[in-house]
Amino acid sequence: MDQLIIFALLLSLGYFFGRSAEKRHYASIQQREQDFINMPTTAGKYVLGENTTVTKSHLVTGSVVISVDYFKRILASLRSFFGGNVRSYETLVDRARREAVLRMKESCPDADQIINIRLETSSIYKGQGKQIGSVEVLAYGTAVYLAP
Amino acid sequence: MQLSNTEGIPGKEITAFYGVVSGSTVRAKHAGRDLMASLKNIFGGELKGYTELLSESRDEAIRRMTEQARQLGANAVVNVRFSTSSVAAGAAEIYVYGTAVTVE
Repeated sequence: MDQLIIFALLLSLGYFFGRSAEKRHYASIQQREQDFINMPTTAGKYVLGENTTVTKSHLVTGSVVISVDYFKRILASLRSFFGGNVRSYETLVDRARREAVLRMKESCPDADQIINIRLETSSIYKGQGKQIGSVEVLAYGTAVYLAP
Repeated sequence: MQLSNTEGIPGKEITAFYGVVSGSTVRAKHAGRDLMASLKNIFGGELKGYTELLSESRDEAIRRMTEQARQLGANAVVNVRFSTSSVAAGAAEIYVYGTAVTVE
């Protein structure tokens, strides 16, 4: 009985805190993406646009580690029973990737573009019995400064 | 030391090649950080301790790579790639590699 109460408590804590955290995070991601709309990023190798005279360039990186909440973990384990898209993890990796790209942009606010973006995902807990549902994303690219 | 993950340094010409240079670090989970991580695991959200750990080990890997490039007499590393792999349970490696070159 006690265990059931603890389980229900963890579940509801995860549900309420996790949901509000995710909502807040998405709001902040959208706001900051708007702020950086003038800094285009590309996965291609070449500078975008007509003016391709580069004055300066350097490597930029951004990284983030995000954990999923208890409620979604239980949801995901249920999902792995029935099969199908694990929606609760989809938003986790989406948030992590967008956050990593934003941090990369924030590390060079004066750059004109970031080219050749690559994203690397890893987990410190990979291959462990007691899995913690967290995802680590590393975004990197080359920031270029164009001649005016 | 100039770094770029494109094939050259944009706007500059490569004059000499020195071959592949690399650097790596292995990071493991941390008891103190793990406590916070297991709490966060209920509420969800960013694991700040682990984000710091990730960026520290990334910077250290880059530092080792540029050190190697400097010893070869290069002044830039192009085509930089990051790669991650799990070495053992609870430990992950960050590996960074690129081509050491001289640009004018």
